[in-house]
Amino acid sequence: MAANLPTQAQVQGGAGVTEPGVSHDEHAHHDEHHEQSFLQKYVFSTDHKVIAKQFLITGIFWAIIGGTLSSLFRLQLGWPESTFEWLSPFLGKWIEAGKLNPEFYLALVTMHGTIMVFFVLTAGLSGTFSNFLIPLQIGARDMASGFMNMLSYWFFFLSSVVMFSSLFIETGPAAAGWTIYPPLSALPQAIPGSGAGQTLWLVSMALFIVSQLLGGVNYITTVINLRTQGMSMSKLPLTIWAFFLTAILGLLSFPVLFSAALLLIFDRSFGTSFFLSDIYIAGQALPNTGGSPILFQHLFWFLGHPEVYIVIMPAMGMVSEILATNARKPIFGYRAMIGSLLGISLLSFIVWAHHMFVTGMNPFLGSVFMFLTLIIAVPSAVKTFNWLATLWRGNIRFTTAMLFSIGFVSLFIAGGLTGIVLGNAALDIQMHNTYFVVAHFHLVMGSSAFFGLWAGVYHWFPKMFGRMMDEKLGYVHFWLTFLGVYLVFLPMHYVGIAGFPRRYYAWTGFDTFSQFADLNKFISAAAIIAFFAQFVFIFNFFYSIFRGRRATENPWNSTTLEWTTPVVPGHGNWPGAIPAVHRWPYDYSKPGAAEDFIPQHVPYSQTQSSNLPYEKEME
Amino acid sequence: MHPSEALTTKQPATGIHPLRFLLVLMMVSIFMIFAAYTSAYIVRRNEGNWLEFDLPFGFLITTLILAASSATVQWAWFAARKDELTQVRTALALTTVLGIAFLIGQWQMWEQLVGARIFFAGTDANPSGSFLYVLTGVHAFHLITGLIFLLIVLRKSFNYQVHSRQMLSIGNVTIYWHYLGALWLYLYLFLLLNH
Repeated sequence: MAANLPTQAQVQGGAGVTEPGVSHDEHAHHDEHHEQSFLQKYVFSTDHKVIAKQFLITGIFWAIIGGTLSSLFRLQLGWPESTFEWLSPFLGKWIEAGKLNPEFYLALVTMHGTIMVFFVLTAGLSGTFSNFLIPLQIGARDMASGFMNMLSYWFFFLSSVVMFSSLFIETGPAAAGWTIYPPLSALPQAIPGSGAGQTLWLVSMALFIVSQLLGGVNYITTVINLRTQGMSMSKLPLTIWAFFLTAILGLLSFPVLFSAALLLIFDRSFGTSFFLSDIYIAGQALPNTGGSPILFQHLFWFLGHPEVYIVIMPAMGMVSEILATNARKPIFGYRAMIGSLLGISLLSFIVWAHHMFVTGMNPFLGSVFMFLTLIIAVPSAVKTFNWLATLWRGNIRFTTAMLFSIGFVSLFIAGGLTGIVLGNAALDIQMHNTYFVVAHFHLVMGSSAFFGLWAGVYHWFPKMFGRMMDEKLGYVHFWLTFLGVYLVFLPMHYVGIAGFPRRYYAWTGFDTFSQFADLNKFISAAAIIAFFAQFVFIFNFFYSIFRGRRATENPWNSTTLEWTTPVVPGHGNWPGAIPAVHRWPYDYSKPGAAEDFIPQHVPYSQTQSSNLPYEKEME
Repeated sequence: MHPSEALTTKQPATGIHPLRFLLVLMMVSIFMIFAAYTSAYIVRRNEGNWLEFDLPFGFLITTLILAASSATVQWAWFAARKDELTQVRTALALTTVLGIAFLIGQWQMWEQLVGARIFFAGTDANPSGSFLYVLTGVHAFHLITGLIFLLIVLRKSFNYQVHSRQMLSIGNVTIYWHYLGALWLYLYLFLLLNH
């Protein structure tokens, strides 16, 4: 076995070290003729690049489902008086006499949230790019444990099958909100979705957590242990820092969600009373005493808050990388970027109760959480200013990935500012459970993370599939989406300040809100158009896999290690030795340099014209 | 050969084998489960309506059994370093038996608790009892994973894959088993202090 592959000790010698060339030739030869069955190569693969694509395509599948569900409930919100008989071939018994079943409406909202947060923006985003980029950018042949990595995907797949099947059962999928607060989620008598649908939801999420942990421990171990020679932590691309810290957040917070889910399972199916107490339902008193539903909220949000950073931090990392590459400038404040990621990671664990200001918590405790929450504005602002400063006087190339990255910064600012509003307990008590909150988190975390995802796909597509995505279709996709997102969520702030409550099936019974009928119609139309714009992307994606323009090894003239691999990297990523790293990842437009970028693996001895005084010593 | 297999046999820069590092990370995530439960326990207890009862004395005995199994697994590790293969097998087998004895002991504690009308669920249950069952039960589940790991290493020792130059698996199982013991000690002390 060992004869086929040079050992890490050999290959880490880097470009400058002479090595037994025979083993390389053998390896290259071996690569081409490596016999693998279809199953090994594309299905039960342990190759990080294949697993990344599996996560991406499953994520795209889920995004279509999640988007479809949102279009359905936006139809209801935009046209509450209309009948939807035309949907009954699709929705079956959930259309009753032309009306959408109100309990199914709640199920739509719940599943939209669950799917988007967990299946698309956690598994689809960090599952894809952590898998794809960590080994390629740190100079490793694969993840620390390829087998566990494969298990991670297949647990996710299993979890997806369970969640997907819950959409089709008799009583409907879970309907208690993606936050599944008990007692609503614990009592099947309360809402049909809390029956079998909620059970499947919990089973699916338990599998999902296993998948996340298997993946996360692998990402952390790989970043710590398998960096190539010279790749110190202070030379890591910001993408890797972001994926690394995201995995740590997942490692610490997902087990807590698992704990909460297990207690909820006991309450639902075994008759315990962890979260249930003194409940009368349908005229009957339940035997449960002594439980505390607030306890569930604490456990849930201890995961739930870090979860939003698990969603956004990979996007932040990729955007930093893409902005620097396409502005042809070093990222502004590299160390401040790392520091702010660390700050956000740390703070994410001590702010969870800002989701619970209205639970009757001690106002003093509330102000502690308010204070900690507002501090998050500091590292977030550091990142934002650094992105803007990176763009400042840059030699900007407006690639599709760059447009989405700039879009990300825009959405992050727009949504982040309202975070300062909602972080204040006094204001949050007013706005709680209104569309203002919906608008806030859809901009700052939902849409932003999606923009990061798209930017990443457009940017790394050439390395994934060896072809380019179409730029013109990319522009169409970007502008429709960018405008669509703002047209959907800006009016929502306004509606929310007026007190319009979220999760309501219909608001026509309230005189106060009937004046917003037009605005709601407008939001719904914008949302549905933006949703259909995504099919431009999906077409572009699948068409380009097979028919796109052929890519070169380094189409964006980028500096990081993944662009030193062949156009489509094979098993083990580099056919020969893994390059050693000599410099940080952001040497763009360095004065005196021959080109406007110097890749990380180029030693200082080859760039004497551009070396700074302290770099001369390293020649 | 698969590239990822090559990685797992290499000595990384940190001096810790990647598989051992993976194990440490998994232990961290397991600890977070118990951190969640013990903090939930404190929060819930402070809200009142909390049935106080005496912890069965037998938990002390099961604790001692688990402590003894930690000693035997350490013995196995020392023996492996000295290439005393018979001792390795004996010590690992003994650890497995002690681990099973601990689980049987825990089961008997549950029976005692039920006998004292401290229930996990049902109309007579109070969260104070339910929490005790959850803490001991989830710990027991992880102990079973440790037992499976022990059996795997025991099998390896019969295949001459555990000796002074192949210390990875026995080292890992030793760490994990000590960790499960320490976790139980934490839970036991936590329960003692909160009863």
